[in-house]
Amino acid sequence: MGRFRSGAGLLGAYVPRDSVVHRAPAGLKLAALAVVSVAVLLVRSWSGVGALAVLVLAVAVASRVGPRALLVQLRPLVWLVPAVLALQWWAHGPARAAVLSARLVLLVALAALVVLTTRTTEVLTAIEHGARPLRVVGVRPERVALVLALAIRSVPVLAALADDVHDAQRARGHERDLRAFAVPLVVGTLRRADALGDALRARGVDD
Amino acid sequence: MLALTPAISVGSALAPITLQTLGVMLAGALLGWWRGALAAVTYLLLALAGLPVLAGGTGGVEPFVGPSAGYLYGFVLGAAATGWLVDRIRGRVTAPKVFGAAIVGGVAVIYAIGIPVSAAVAGIPLWTAITGSWVFLPGDLIKAVLTALVVAAVVRAYPPAGPAARRR
Repeated sequence: MGRFRSGAGLLGAYVPRDSVVHRAPAGLKLAALAVVSVAVLLVRSWSGVGALAVLVLAVAVASRVGPRALLVQLRPLVWLVPAVLALQWWAHGPARAAVLSARLVLLVALAALVVLTTRTTEVLTAIEHGARPLRVVGVRPERVALVLALAIRSVPVLAALADDVHDAQRARGHERDLRAFAVPLVVGTLRRADALGDALRARGVDD
Repeated sequence: MLALTPAISVGSALAPITLQTLGVMLAGALLGWWRGALAAVTYLLLALAGLPVLAGGTGGVEPFVGPSAGYLYGFVLGAAATGWLVDRIRGRVTAPKVFGAAIVGGVAVIYAIGIPVSAAVAGIPLWTAITGSWVFLPGDLIKAVLTALVVAAVVRAYPPAGPAARRR
């Protein structure tokens, strides 16, 4: 069993609960998040931050995911926020820096709530639905869905390929040669992709 | 040729995290500007759906609204630009030629979109964002070199992935 094959944690951070936020359609949640994140860029005052905080808190309580799951999602900010805060302090002074950092943390928290309450499959379906209006410009939503499904299915296939290449590399004593790993991996990937394309064409999927 | 796109974008997702721009450059160089851009879009949609394919093994919506969101959107144009330039290589596909395309598409274009967005989202002056991004430059230059070496070798081993085959 090689080091690439594990592929753990592919299912995301979804926390199953029975809540209004969980039941809300994924497309609606994503659209709302997009609107809020653009609006947040205009927030310059404490009242704006307060309104955003109330919104985040309300969604957090309603979602019933619990503070711990939310804090785990916010962990990457532990390094980022102090650095950003220092830059803003230096550029705009302490008051403005606090507002700007607060709005950043709140925005990421809101996005985290969408992640915690939405299954990957729901998002994929929402993307397929969202692609429907793009029919006008020639996008076929069912094709979008197929590409995404194939891409997900390719993960274990390519992980196995990476393991094979890694073993072959070790057998020849080229463990540290990145090129001896990357070139066969990319060529193998392209071959597999071409074979998959042929299989799809043979079934009338591609044109 | 539809299937090429997801395979490559997953290839870049498998690579250890910080190599994501390497995937962008490789996708553009080996798939051409249009399929390269589609591969980048596929990659971003998978990340959006919550698959942990982004830097640091993250995924989900947060990175798309955070300070580095611009770099993610830049991947699409970056892959397209790299591919467009590689498509214009005449004669043998050599590492220096690919390196030039990767620097413009995989580094310059991505920074040109990523830096202003991070300045806006993090609320810092544009100049500070520019100077702050220097730390990523050495890594990205190494990735451009790697892209060049890998692409030159891959096109030799598998000519259908070369720009000459795409022109036909």
